[in-house]
Amino acid sequence: MRIAVLSGKGGTGKTLVSVNLAATAKMSIYIDCDVEEPNGYLFFKPEDVQEEAISVKIPKVDNELCNGCRKCIGFCKFNALAYIKDKLIVFDEVCHSCSGCVMLCPEKALSEKEKIIGRVQKGTSDQVAVYTGILNVGEASGIPVIKKLLVENKLKADKHTFIDCPPGSACTVIESIKDADYCILVAEPTLFGVHNLNMVYELVRLFGKQYGVILNKCLEEENPAEKFCLEKNIKILGRIPFDTELGTLNSNAEIAVRKSEKYLDMFSLLLEAVTREV
Amino acid sequence: MKQLLILSGKGGTGKTTIASAFIRLADAKAYADCDVDAPNLHLITGQNSDPIKTDYYGLPKAEINSKSCIECDQCRQGCRFDAISAEKIYKVDPLACEGCGVCKVVCPVDAISLKPAVAGELMMYTNEEKVFSTAQLKMGSGTSGKLVAEVKKQLKSAAVDVELAIIDGSPGIGCPVIASLSGADMVLIVAEPSVSGISDMERIIKTAAKFGTKTAVCVNKFDTNLDNTDKIEVFCEKEGLHFVGKIPFDSEAVKAINNGRTITDINCSSGAAVKEVYNKTMELFNKVVG
Repeated sequence: MRIAVLSGKGGTGKTLVSVNLAATAKMSIYIDCDVEEPNGYLFFKPEDVQEEAISVKIPKVDNELCNGCRKCIGFCKFNALAYIKDKLIVFDEVCHSCSGCVMLCPEKALSEKEKIIGRVQKGTSDQVAVYTGILNVGEASGIPVIKKLLVENKLKADKHTFIDCPPGSACTVIESIKDADYCILVAEPTLFGVHNLNMVYELVRLFGKQYGVILNKCLEEENPAEKFCLEKNIKILGRIPFDTELGTLNSNAEIAVRKSEKYLDMFSLLLEAVTREV
Repeated sequence: MKQLLILSGKGGTGKTTIASAFIRLADAKAYADCDVDAPNLHLITGQNSDPIKTDYYGLPKAEINSKSCIECDQCRQGCRFDAISAEKIYKVDPLACEGCGVCKVVCPVDAISLKPAVAGELMMYTNEEKVFSTAQLKMGSGTSGKLVAEVKKQLKSAAVDVELAIIDGSPGIGCPVIASLSGADMVLIVAEPSVSGISDMERIIKTAAKFGTKTAVCVNKFDTNLDNTDKIEVFCEKEGLHFVGKIPFDSEAVKAINNGRTITDINCSSGAAVKEVYNKTMELFNKVVG
């Protein structure tokens, strides 16, 4: 069972929810797909970490063979090539590795080479298998790292798998939820929170996913995110109160359910609610 | 036009809250929201007119004409994005297609065409001599970096004689952030005093440094974890980064935002603190832009 945790807005508690649910489920898998800013490993502090570099294929120019015909430049939709001062230049960061330029070059002046753009780490924390994707600073797209993370875990669908998604609703989020069986949307009770909840709500519907909402940082006052769920008839899986003790544990990268019975009880109920839905 | 860009690495640290306060304090004549896949700035900057809307076309999407297709499989094999499936007929998944055009090139019978596709919407508000540029990426679209570039282009073309632009960025360090850094004169990073926040702050600082952009740091909700706030200050000192102040956690701030107002519109502790951060930031900014 693969459960993706997403939110649209950043900082609503995706990592709090996915880390604590994975720790509550015990024999589980946690996958951090927020490869631009991964945080889950800071909580799990995994042991026996194995690392694998992730690379993409980018074009390599042999300027001896290049005759400056510019066919490749005309083809590249990503503007990753330019001919400057009698030399063909590749802008690695914007290349999408489609290989079109290599295919088209009449002089065979282009070939492909591997370029490392990030890494995947795998370790364990108690009984939780912790996977982390890390994009190198300066790289534009974490998609290849996310793909690698999720392909690796496809075969272990018997375990509870929690996918901690990046914020937003763009391509990296889509890649992260693609093969998920269920989506948990984490919402905070602010105007911004509701606006971005609406965006991921539309996204999971577009992809035909089953979904439910966890309301985080709940106060006594009226909750605009809850109101939104009631209006749209969205399943509310549970509520996490605004709580300075939980906030402090979380800001110190402690896993709340491993520190206190109170939070273990709370997340056990949430896990039950999620499991019932899937 | 000189650009002050607000970033954070981690999401939810308060970029938009602080950007909106800065816009108010500076009485900015030009501002933009570059967080195109979760834009929020328009919710509190009080536009009182309708925006000019323009469709944003991302890269085209491939389409296979099943009548001409001879099922040779070359397009499927050539596609690096696994966007072509061959069940009953050969079909392109528009959500996976990146519009590179390789399939069209390899097709021996010219059965594939590239069709323009709307990937989002650009919006521009102009009122009281103020220009506000923003956009919304369409659900399921990629190419957000390109849309960010369009948001900035739209702002520049409409706010010709404006000296200062305040730009709200997106979380992360990837393509939309890199696109927003292009042309920015200075970055203000809004950090959060958590272990996660510090890790993310370090990564966005490295990213900005890679593009040679001058950086200042402030801490939001600093009193939620004083030890971590100290760590951020020490880090900045060690790295030679400008530390421009700290803003307390303030439940009044949430109320202001939920009422569509900035934290400087009401009398509250976070509003008072953000003024000092603003003054320090602008003092530095003016030095940077000379």
